Amino acid sequence: MKNKEIEVCINGETIQASVPVRMNLVDFIREKLGLTGSHVGCEQGVCGACTISIDGVAVRGCLMLAVQADGSSITTIEGVSENPVGSALQRAFVEHNALQCGFCTPGMIASSIEYIEQGGLSDRAAIREHLSGNYCRCTGYQSIIDAVASVVDQRAEP
Amino acid sequence: MTGPLHRFDQPGTYIGRSVERADASRLVEGEGTYVDDLQLPRMTHAAFVRSQHAHAKIKHIDVDAARAHTGVVAVFTGADINPLVKPYVGILTHLQGLRSPPQLPMADQVVRCQGEPVVMIVAQSRAIAEDACELVQIEYEPLKALVSAEQALDKDAPTIHPELDNNTAWVREIDVGDASAAFSRADVTVVERTFLFGRHTGVTVEPRSVVVEYNRSDNTMVFHYSGQAPHMMQAILAKHLDFAEENVRVVTRDVGGSFGIKIHTYGDEIATAVAAKLLRRPVKFIADRLESFTSDIHARDHRIQGRIGVDSDGRIVALEIDDLTGIGPYSMYPRTSAIECNQILNLTGAPYQIDHYRARGTVVFQNKNMMCQYRAVGHPVAMAVCDSLLEEVAGEIDMDVVDIRRRNLIADDAYPVTSATGMKFADLSHQQSLERLVELMNYDQLRADQSDRRKKGCYRGIGLVSMVEVTNPSPMFYGVGGAPISAQDGATVRLDAAGALHVSCSITESGQGTHTILAQIAADVFGVDIARVKVSTGDTAHVPYGGGTWASRGAGIGGESVLLAADALKAQVLEVASSILQTTPDTLDIENGVVVNADGDDKISLDELGKIVYYRGNELPAGVNAELIATRHYRVTDYPFVFTNGAMAAHVEVDIETGFIKVLDFWVVEDCGRVINPKLVDEQIRGGVVQGIGGALYEECLYDEEGQYLNATMADYLVPMAGEMPDIHIAHIETPTCTSTLGAKGAGEAGTGGAPAAILNAVNDALRPLNASIFQMPMTPERVLNALKA
Repeated sequence: MKNKEIEVCINGETIQASVPVRMNLVDFIREKLGLTGSHVGCEQGVCGACTISIDGVAVRGCLMLAVQADGSSITTIEGVSENPVGSALQRAFVEHNALQCGFCTPGMIASSIEYIEQGGLSDRAAIREHLSGNYCRCTGYQSIIDAVASVVDQRAEP
Repeated sequence: MTGPLHRFDQPGTYIGRSVERADASRLVEGEGTYVDDLQLPRMTHAAFVRSQHAHAKIKHIDVDAARAHTGVVAVFTGADINPLVKPYVGILTHLQGLRSPPQLPMADQVVRCQGEPVVMIVAQSRAIAEDACELVQIEYEPLKALVSAEQALDKDAPTIHPELDNNTAWVREIDVGDASAAFSRADVTVVERTFLFGRHTGVTVEPRSVVVEYNRSDNTMVFHYSGQAPHMMQAILAKHLDFAEENVRVVTRDVGGSFGIKIHTYGDEIATAVAAKLLRRPVKFIADRLESFTSDIHARDHRIQGRIGVDSDGRIVALEIDDLTGIGPYSMYPRTSAIECNQILNLTGAPYQIDHYRARGTVVFQNKNMMCQYRAVGHPVAMAVCDSLLEEVAGEIDMDVVDIRRRNLIADDAYPVTSATGMKFADLSHQQSLERLVELMNYDQLRADQSDRRKKGCYRGIGLVSMVEVTNPSPMFYGVGGAPISAQDGATVRLDAAGALHVSCSITESGQGTHTILAQIAADVFGVDIARVKVSTGDTAHVPYGGGTWASRGAGIGGESVLLAADALKAQVLEVASSILQTTPDTLDIENGVVVNADGDDKISLDELGKIVYYRGNELPAGVNAELIATRHYRVTDYPFVFTNGAMAAHVEVDIETGFIKVLDFWVVEDCGRVINPKLVDEQIRGGVVQGIGGALYEECLYDEEGQYLNATMADYLVPMAGEMPDIHIAHIETPTCTSTLGAKGAGEAGTGGAPAAILNAVNDALRPLNASIFQMPMTPERVLNALKA
């Protein structure tokens, strides 16, 4: 099995590692780095539970190889609270009970950060549309929409 | 309501308030611990080669290349694993006549459904194990696959199990009153429909997961699993793997969704436990998504012929159903796969006064994945059949669908009531719930709007359902039939040396908010700040014995056990305090962590009391035996189940060009007794509704005629996503159950049980002016278009 040396900055920490070239990024993050907050639900990019931020873009950790992340800056759920939008979303998710089992939540928050950072409005249909790549089987989605909309509204306040 | 209940009605208590979940704060930080997060020293990883055939003889298995593959630790077939497992049989003695052949964890000579485990590879990583799976050669001789229930029932069909004379697992018949005479009365309008309910499955985002450890020195096993019933799994593992029960410890941490999926005996999980014992090192098995779709239990899959008769006043005079359901090659152990059919027979028509009821259920084996209990077992089918027939017959006699319900619902002041099927109902509020629903949804205005839009070619429909939900089951559900499933739960409440309360309870948490509601109850009953209550669940080594969380029983049964334990501990603490303060316990109370006297003056803090008891026992009067811990257990008596009721409505728009159905709005009025935490209950109901909408519109496990599963990926098996779902409006009626002090009934399954009926009715209401109708779920665009063409 071929390995390759990579260097990534993950949640502010620079990591050098030798990884099998076939290893998914999310497996690397979970198994080699012990950051188990990113979850694996389908391994084909559908469920969204492994969504993380790479250089500011929300991506599926299961659809990217670890070697492709070489040289990039990664934020996982464990580092989200450093971002003011991320931290506000974490607070709002608790306040609005926007999670039950919590398995989808790290990915849901990553997608929500992207929505808000791209200037998304507190329009419920638009939030629903944006989050339609993230599967939640416990909530009725409504509380998640409430949480995201509340953060958009807070930020809009002078 | 009886007893000292009114304390929960006072403001300032935790019960009834939307307290935030402490667990939620942990989970949004990514600090959850799911089974796949466990990494143990020398841990190995299992993968399975599964049957590609629905029905075939195994002629030859060649594992040499797999065994030689670098990184492979062991390769096992059924011949290695099965002899170490006592076979299990999915029957319950109270389901008279139910039969199912003995099962073993892995296939043995014959495979009887696609996905059955044939070879297990244990390797240093899951990737290596999967590589080695590719190297396994299995030669099969395909046999005739009986895919549909109808095929399996055919008198010329081969038998799936040679030891049985045919493929029927169970038949049940009910005949109350004289349905034939009632249907044939001259003043009775009869409507008959055939309903088809597709198979669907739970699709937990976290797949089934286990890590099993074995210690040879003391012959003990630790089974880390993502599930709902740790003590049930402990009993099963002990019995079938030949352990003393106390030597098996089952541990459940965070669970990434379960919905009834993770409460059964799965061959791959049992094989993992056997492998851990054989290898004497930890083995992890995490199902991948293909394995989840093909081996997690499926549900529904019913064909029902239903008939209703009403008199000229719209009163139901008779109801009749005939259910045929296929359950896969075996009845699942230990809950059995006959329960869904049984529930359908018991619950169809349950909200209504019906004197003449006839029902027949036929449960058959087939070569598909196994079917068993998934959220709202039987309810979506029972509610959809009755309430669809009711709305259809209302159309026949030109009566409004609300009006016909008003004429038939069991009156709120009539309880207790025993139904035609022998179900005992108490403390329900069908009438009040319906009236609240009509008001909440603004029914009359919606009807006016519907009529205006129809003139413009816009087809909107309104559909309702009145429903019941089985919650808080007594031992009459499973225990009576011989299953190792506890209907009682236990709680231990302990005061520590710093004045904090520790609760351990046998129910489990998979996101419902179990820990939070138990903390609310303990804090309220005992008298401490909720921040000083720590709750633990899920570990058979540390919690009292009990059933776990299923059948919407956590709050009602586990919650009551915590209430009883907290009450008992409070009495014990006041006894100790009274001896320290040299007064009598009845003059004392506990408020916000401080023992107070009758005037409300602070006398001694729990922190100080704890320190006296634990550190400075010398200060206690002689003869005072300070026990700052109490355990209580609770089970429901007098009633086999504690039913809840609800009324729901859907508003949909059908695009008659494309067949697409848009759910515009949804309303729920739910009576789950005392609401402990409105925010948690509301979103749980919404989640249930969304799963119900999924079953009604999108979700179906599709098989071809050879028994090949066609859509076993998340991209192909559709579930509701945020974009398709409406906001869901919820209101509560609170009729506490008389069976407990707390008064809480369950709420976890109502949405899933009721929503499909409301959606079905709404779609048919939309199609009615086009003289089209549909009685098949899911109501896919293609099926809607076919209905429009018919």
